[in-house]
This record gives sequence, structure tokens and C-alpha cells, in this order.
Amino acid sequence: MELLSGTREQKQSLGARILSFISRVLLAISIPLIAFYILYLGFIFLRDSQAPRGIIALVAIVWGVGGVAILYWIFNDLVERLSDSWTTRLLPFVFVGPAMAILAWYLAIPALRTFWISLFDRDGPPDGLNILQLITSDSFVGLGNYVEVFNPGGLMLQAFRNNLMWIVFGSTFSVAFGLIIAVLADRSRMEKVAKSLIFLPMAISFVGASIIWNFIYEYRPAGQPQVGLLNAFVTGLGGAPQAWPQWVDIAPWNNLFLIVIVIWLQAGFSMVLFSAALKGIPGELLEAGRIDGANEFQIFFRIMIPYIQGTLISVWTTIVIFTLKIFDVVWVMTGGQFGTHVIATQFYRQSFTNQNSGFGSAIAIVLLIAVIPVMYYNLKQFREQEAF
Amino acid sequence: MESGKKQKLLGSLFVNGTLLLLVFLWTIPTLGIFVSSFRNRDDIATSGWWSILPHREWQPVREIDISQAGLDPNGVMEIEGISGTFEEFRAGVETPNGKRITWIGNKRLGKVEVQEEVWTVNWNFTLDNYTQVLGGQDFEFTKSDGTVYVVPGDNMTGAFLNSLSVAVPSTVIPILIAAFAAYAFAWMNFPGRRELFIMVVALLVVPLQIALVPILRDYKALELNGTFLAIWLAHTGFGLALATYLLYNYISSLPRDILESAFIDGASHFTVFTRLILPLSVPALASFAIFQFLWVWNDYLVALIFLGGNPEFELVTQRMAAIVGARGQDWHLLTAGAFVSMILPLAVFFGLQRYFVRGLLAGSVKG
Repeated sequence: MELLSGTREQKQSLGARILSFISRVLLAISIPLIAFYILYLGFIFLRDSQAPRGIIALVAIVWGVGGVAILYWIFNDLVERLSDSWTTRLLPFVFVGPAMAILAWYLAIPALRTFWISLFDRDGPPDGLNILQLITSDSFVGLGNYVEVFNPGGLMLQAFRNNLMWIVFGSTFSVAFGLIIAVLADRSRMEKVAKSLIFLPMAISFVGASIIWNFIYEYRPAGQPQVGLLNAFVTGLGGAPQAWPQWVDIAPWNNLFLIVIVIWLQAGFSMVLFSAALKGIPGELLEAGRIDGANEFQIFFRIMIPYIQGTLISVWTTIVIFTLKIFDVVWVMTGGQFGTHVIATQFYRQSFTNQNSGFGSAIAIVLLIAVIPVMYYNLKQFREQEAF
Repeated sequence: MESGKKQKLLGSLFVNGTLLLLVFLWTIPTLGIFVSSFRNRDDIATSGWWSILPHREWQPVREIDISQAGLDPNGVMEIEGISGTFEEFRAGVETPNGKRITWIGNKRLGKVEVQEEVWTVNWNFTLDNYTQVLGGQDFEFTKSDGTVYVVPGDNMTGAFLNSLSVAVPSTVIPILIAAFAAYAFAWMNFPGRRELFIMVVALLVVPLQIALVPILRDYKALELNGTFLAIWLAHTGFGLALATYLLYNYISSLPRDILESAFIDGASHFTVFTRLILPLSVPALASFAIFQFLWVWNDYLVALIFLGGNPEFELVTQRMAAIVGARGQDWHLLTAGAFVSMILPLAVFFGLQRYFVRGLLAGSVKG
């Protein structure tokens, strides 16, 4: 076969081969160039245009989605023009390359860059110096930012304490409520409706949820009609109205009024996962337990819980990670005032409000270190799957 | 037998009762916002939203003219056979026949009302809050020291469109890119395949905070900050690991012989991917799409950082957070605004709940 194709190629005149080669190269260069130019025009239009928003939105959607599809099509076309062996070699990278490049640019490399920035003072590494000059420059502080992060008298201590409260109370109650609702709904005729309504807050943004709960906590001085549900309830029982999340007298327990919001949002998530896991328990197992005389509580703790242990662990870790990174609720509700700062709000405040990128980056690295056990567990699970 | 039945009934009563209570507790917060968004500005400020339920309230039956009755607010007065001072009447004095006499307003210009407690509902519903929130007029705002500020109206329509132009590409782009990558991981052989996939798994839980400062620097260098492209790419980057992981799980489980017969017929990888794999993966694509759409629509932090410098491109969440900050007491705007911001995610959620649940069940943790 190779011999045959070789002779056929030799038969073509040199001129025709050069011509076809040049036209291929020209085509290969011009198609992406034209495509990039059109995409660039779209970008400029989106950046500078004064057109009505509806039109801009439409162009943005068509341009963004269509642009990516066109790029894949072009690169695939280019690689398929090559010889078969090169196509086989290169095509996987056309498919997998963009995803890997974006992941590297947005998550993998920034982790290293953030660590590097965290070794410097508030302005980060100065420009135009080589690595030796950087390390010996005045702005290099080594692990100084980390010392400050863990300084027992520093401002991060409160954030760590609050985040611990978030993790402990947030995850425990989200899991507990999710499990209780899943078990109850499983035995009820209103299962579908009940689950939909409990699940509904999942669709609400943290900003929206903050407004919803701010309205519940709304405070009016005593004597005025309370329009917030909680204060109306408390004054109805003869208590004094409070601005609950801002009630510093009971700090750090005022954090619980913020944590409730996340429990309200996340219980639906754990409920759905537990509900599916509970339905996976074989009926004979439960029946056998009942015949042996176990009551419902024993069945719950001795059969159901051990059976759904895997789901329990994964839901728990998911919510722990989630509460570890909690930001929006605190930022919108209190802005971190009244003793409610958490790690992510301090990260934002230090990095962007105070423009102290060294210290902010050190906080981000602490967040990363906190999730490493989970990352390790995921990788272990993955390695145990022989399928890949 | 009889006691067994009774126990069963009690059990079901307990189950349904507890469930009902929990559902009630979970629904009340949203219900409060929903009801309030249709109430008058003044009603929201003076009475709780639950006053739409039947309740007893004092309502005037008769007015007494102060000068005609010859009342002197500075001394002890006698009204309707009850005597009391101005302060006492101001707080309201109840008569033995179940009525109440209340002085409304100040001493000179006030009036006296005879009130009766009646069952009533507070049903003055209006759509004004929504028109005000969606419209874009300027809004005058007087501070306590008397200075007047003009703040732009709550242009939620603009913010809504901005959110849409951010959320749709930020959902479709990562799905497309992840689907290509997932296909390559599942059906192609190339050096580094295993190592790259391990990277994807490791990145599943990396907190996005880690990336914000370096990416912001890159964006400033590239003059991308405050553009749609910037935020699409950011959401793509932060959602891609989970998307690739989920889609790989699905695509790798598709039956091998369908693909093999396509290759024997001479189809290229690109054709197989677009003609065969994408249509077959619609359930997985849909469930991730809902996930990502809700995440992007509801996101606040990423928008705050990468679009924060450009007020023109403000998203719904930013708009809402700004209203909370500037006019946190204007509940008629906040409640209506909150509902406008929730309407699309709720529609997506209820319309596609089945896919969403399926995605959750297949899902993992997002960084």
C-alpha cells in the first residue's frame, strides 16, 4: 500500500504539488485568521457598543457560544488535513487541549501563583526583577503573611472561629434535617410536594436568600409594629425585639442566625441524595428487621444509617467544603461586621478592599490547604476504580 | 389487631404531622417575600405580611371634631363618657362597651376616633413595586442631613438582560469544551491521558478564591476586566472540572459497539462526536446545564470581582446586593426585586427538576 501511494505521489508534477501545498497552507492560515477577526469584531462590539441591551445580550450569546463551536470546528479541520498518523497523534489534543488549558490557567497555575504572591507584602512581587532579586527584595516577606494569619491576636482568629461554627452547625443541621425529611417523606403520601417545597430554596441565590432572611430578622424599636416575622413572634411572646444577626451581645452566637440561612438552603440538597440512597435499601432487609422485632428507631439507626453510610459521608464533605467557602450570605447580611467575618470574607476584604494581596493570598492558600484532605480522599477513590 | 391498626394510624399521623410542620417552616420565608412584593409600600412598612390573613384590628367607626366637642388637650378631657389626659387618649382608651377612643395626630391638629375591633384582612395588593423595580427612572433620595442624592432607579430589566447574557454562554461554553474533553478521555488514546484526568479530579474541590487575585492581574494586563468575555471564561474555568468529570462518567458508559460500527463506516472522531455522542448525552448535558446555569445566575463573588468595575454590566445579584446596601429598609423594592431575580431559576428548577436531581445524584463537589 505504501509503495503504491508513493509512486502515485511521484507521478504528480512538481508544480501541482507545490500549488496544492501552498493552497492548503493558505487555507489553513486564512480560515482561522478570518474566524479570529470576526470573533474580535464581536468582542469590540460587545465592549464598546451603545446598542440596546437586548441586542447586546443576543449578540453576546450568539458570539460566545458560536465562537467556541467555530474554533473547535476549525482546529479539527486543520488537523484532519494532516496525514493520518499525525491526525491520530494530534486530534486528541484538539479535543482535550482547550479544557486542559483553561483548567490550568484558571485553577492549577493560579494555586502556585497565589502561593508565590503570598510570600510578598501588600503589593505582591515587584515587576522587572529576576528571581534572586525578588527573594532578596524588601517586599519579600517569606512566611510572614502566614504568621500573621495564624497570629492568635490577629483578625483571622475570629474568622477561623466563625468558620468552624459554620462547618459544625451548618453541616450537622443540613445533614440532620435532610435525613429526617427524606425518611419522613419516604413514608408519606405527600412525598412529591413536600420534597419539591423543601428543595425549592436550592434555586434561590444567596443574595436572594439574604433578602428573604433579612426580612424575617427585620427590626423595629420596641413599641412599633414589628414587620419582621421573628421579632413579631418574640414580642408577641413578651420578649424584646432584636436585630438578630447584628446582636453583638451574644457574639459569637449571632452567627447562628446566618448559619440558619445555609441550613435552609442546603437541607434540600442532602434530602434529595438521602432520599435516593434510602430507596436503594432492599425491602427484604427492612422486612427482616421488622420481623425480628426491631422498632422504627432501631431500623433507622441499625439498618438505614449503616446502609447509606457512603452517601452520608459524601453529602457531609460536600456541605463542609461549601460552608468552608461561605461568602455571599455573610457579605450581604452583615459585611463581616458584628463579629461575623469568615475566612472567605476576610479574603475578599484583604485582597480587594484593603488591596493587601500578599495577606489575602495567604488566606486563600489556607483555604486550599483546608480542602486537601478531601482532595486526597477523592483521588484515592479514583485510583481504586480500576476502570480508567 | 385493633391496637396494631391504631398504632399504624398514630405512626402515620406523626410522620405526616412532622413533615407538614417542616414543609411549613421551609416555605414561610419565601412566602413572606412573595406576599410582601404585592403589598403597598406603606402597608409593608406598618404591618407584617401575615396581616393578609384574617385578624382582629381596630378600625374607626366615628370621628369627633376637637373644636366642636370643646376639648382641651392640656387638661383632663371627657370623651364619650371616659375621662383621661391627652397622653392616655393618644395610646388609646378602651370603653366598657368594647370600643376604643384614640387621639390621632398632635394636640392642635389632631382628631379623635372612636374605634371598634373587627375581623379584617389586609388585601390592598398592587403591582407598583414591580413596575418601580423593573423601570429605570432616577430616584431622589434625601439623607438625614438634608442633602438630596439622585440614585439611578432599580434598572432590574437591564440587570436581568445582563445576567442572561452572562449565564447562557457561561453555561453552554463549559459544557461544549467539557464534552469534547470527556469524549477524548473516554474514547481516544493519547499520552498523559491518565495524568490529565487525575488533574481534573484533583481540581474538583479547589476553592475558586485561590484563582481570583492572579486572574484579575491577567485580566488587567489583557484589558479584559469588566467584559462579558472575562466572566464567561472565569465561569468556564471554575465549572470545567466538574463538567468534565460528570460528562466523562456518562460518555464512557455509552455502549462501545455503537461507536465501533460508526468508525468502521469511516466516520471521523468529529462526526462521531457531533452526530452520535452529543445527541446520546442529552440527559447528562441537561443535568449539568441546569446545575451550571443556577450556579452562574446566582453567583455573586465572581461577578463582583470580574464585572465589579463596570456598573453598566451589573448583574441581578449585584443589583440586589446594592439595593440591600443603599436602601435596606425599602422592603417594597427588595421583595419585588428578590422575586424578579428568582423567577428564572425557579422556572428552570421546576421545569427541569428531574434532570437537576439526576445531575445532583451523579455529581460531586464543586470548587
